[in-house]
Amino acid sequence: MATKAQSRMTPLKLFSYGFVALWLIIAAFPFFWTFWGSFKVQADFLSKADWMNALRGTNTIGQTGSAFTGAGYYGAWIEEDFWFNFKNTGIVVFFTVVISLTFGTLGGYALARSGFRYAFWILMAALVFRAMPHITLVSGYLLWFFEWNVWGILPTTIIVLVAINQPFTLWMLHSFFKNIPKDMDESAMVDGCTRFQAFRHVIVPVMWPGVITTGLFSFLLAYNDFTVAVMLLSEENETIIPAINSFMGTTQVEGKVMYAVAAVVSATAPLFILILFFQRQIVSGLTAGAVKG
Amino acid sequence: MKHRTFFWFVLPTLSAMILFIALPIVSVFIQSLFVEHEQVLVVSESCGPFGCSPTTTVDTEATEKLREEQPLGRFNGLGTYFDRSHLALADIGEAWSNSGSLGEFWSKVYNLPLYNALTFTLAYTFTVTPLVLVLGLAIAVGVNNLPRALKGLAIFISLLPFLVTPLVGSLILFWMVDGDGVIGATIQKLFNDPALSLKASTPLMWIMLMVYGVWHTLPFSFITFYAGLQTVPEDTMEAAQIDGASKWQSMIHVVVPHLMPLVSFVTLMMIMDNLRVFEPIVSFKAEAHARSLSWIIFNDLRESGNPLYASAGATSLITIIIVVILMMPVLVRTWRDFTRKSH
Repeated sequence: MATKAQSRMTPLKLFSYGFVALWLIIAAFPFFWTFWGSFKVQADFLSKADWMNALRGTNTIGQTGSAFTGAGYYGAWIEEDFWFNFKNTGIVVFFTVVISLTFGTLGGYALARSGFRYAFWILMAALVFRAMPHITLVSGYLLWFFEWNVWGILPTTIIVLVAINQPFTLWMLHSFFKNIPKDMDESAMVDGCTRFQAFRHVIVPVMWPGVITTGLFSFLLAYNDFTVAVMLLSEENETIIPAINSFMGTTQVEGKVMYAVAAVVSATAPLFILILFFQRQIVSGLTAGAVKG
Repeated sequence: MKHRTFFWFVLPTLSAMILFIALPIVSVFIQSLFVEHEQVLVVSESCGPFGCSPTTTVDTEATEKLREEQPLGRFNGLGTYFDRSHLALADIGEAWSNSGSLGEFWSKVYNLPLYNALTFTLAYTFTVTPLVLVLGLAIAVGVNNLPRALKGLAIFISLLPFLVTPLVGSLILFWMVDGDGVIGATIQKLFNDPALSLKASTPLMWIMLMVYGVWHTLPFSFITFYAGLQTVPEDTMEAAQIDGASKWQSMIHVVVPHLMPLVSFVTLMMIMDNLRVFEPIVSFKAEAHARSLSWIIFNDLRESGNPLYASAGATSLITIIIVVILMMPVLVRTWRDFTRKSH
């Protein structure tokens, strides 16, 4: 219960409220601005003359007759075939998450239950791997993928993303399985189960909260990846993030910046929905490794 | 767990990591020992009305064939590591002996590609990381004091800049601070200087990239610290209050020490992520003013039609070594924790 002394307004408290408010504005404003502006024409969104134009839509009314226009979205999705990039992203993300989680659960479980020294070394190696910039690895693949003729296709990118994802998945699921009491699967083994049967019938039914949390982060890694996709995918297999980047190259010249703005808003929408539904899991996942320390 | 069972359980994940993380590092090293083939030159006599003169032409066919046969190029040993675009020891030695002042020496070193990128990458990492730690703690304390209903909303809003795709997030900011954007145009008007633009000024570009870095990673430290604040023991806080500690004093002497393990965790994660800074440079088109280690590797690989595998490989390996050195304290501590627990 808060006492009177704790709920009194002090200057320190006032300052900290102000600070939080300022941060929330800085965090949210760019998204509002870009979302609002994506329904305007370029002369309004990037208006040198008067930023109020973007709010009122002066030029948008002048050019299209209404204060809001879907021209950017039409251009991006229909003319520039952005839906096709979305389909590619869907394939890459789905398979990356499923394969990562399958590999990660098996490995994470084994590491959590094994007290041998090599289990520790695997985790240490994973920590170092986690720290390496992705582009350093990509420069190791590129030559061989060209040689073997597997460059540019989705499966290559999926398997690379799975591998890059493993260190993180392994750490997260390892610390999750550590929290499931050992007695559960060991008593199943006393009853005559093999290790794998114990895993299948005792651990699998209770592991879903941890797996879902880890899966959210695998999703984010695959969805947000630019480095791997831009280097390993050919133009016809591009996912959305490199597609937005190549938009920037071509559209700037043709005055189609609004296509890129619409694409950017479209790419952010799934993330927005994800946070809306899974906020609690994301927060618990972020702090899982930390709080247990 | 028996060794055998353990082996089968970790086999998929281990083979993925060995094939696509460990072996590529070996491959990067091997690539860095070779350089691209020189073009095959053919000297032929071309005779005109005024006599004959030798001309040199490139035999494209033979060059292609050579590249096909030996895709790695020709062996060069450690030469790539010491050339001008990497460690450039010769250039540094020369700059050292020819420069009158330390400033002059530094400006010469700064012009070397690798040191240029290293300077930006380290400056970025060691500016963004402390800022994120301090501001994250301040916001966590502020949100912790908020009424319950507002806490969820504050966390929801804060997650947006963290989870947004880095390339997309930096584009969103770029459109706002660009000369035509809402913030950029306003600043130009305030200072009445139409030339004041990100694209024209190195310091402004650096500041903007770092602002993006703080904006993007602050939520992570905020949420971690916020979770940590929930575990601060009530008794200790009350005891501090009874002993007459002010809010500020109990913050410094009770809360911060309690969060110390989290601080080192967040620092580790921040350093790992900030060292690979790459996407904002692409989005901001900042390469004229700021290049990171990741960016110069990317640039080598992008070299149209003919990627510079050797150069990219050498830079990659140098980057990996820097990452490992910076992570050493954490690795050593984890090792000590492990050996202590097992005894």
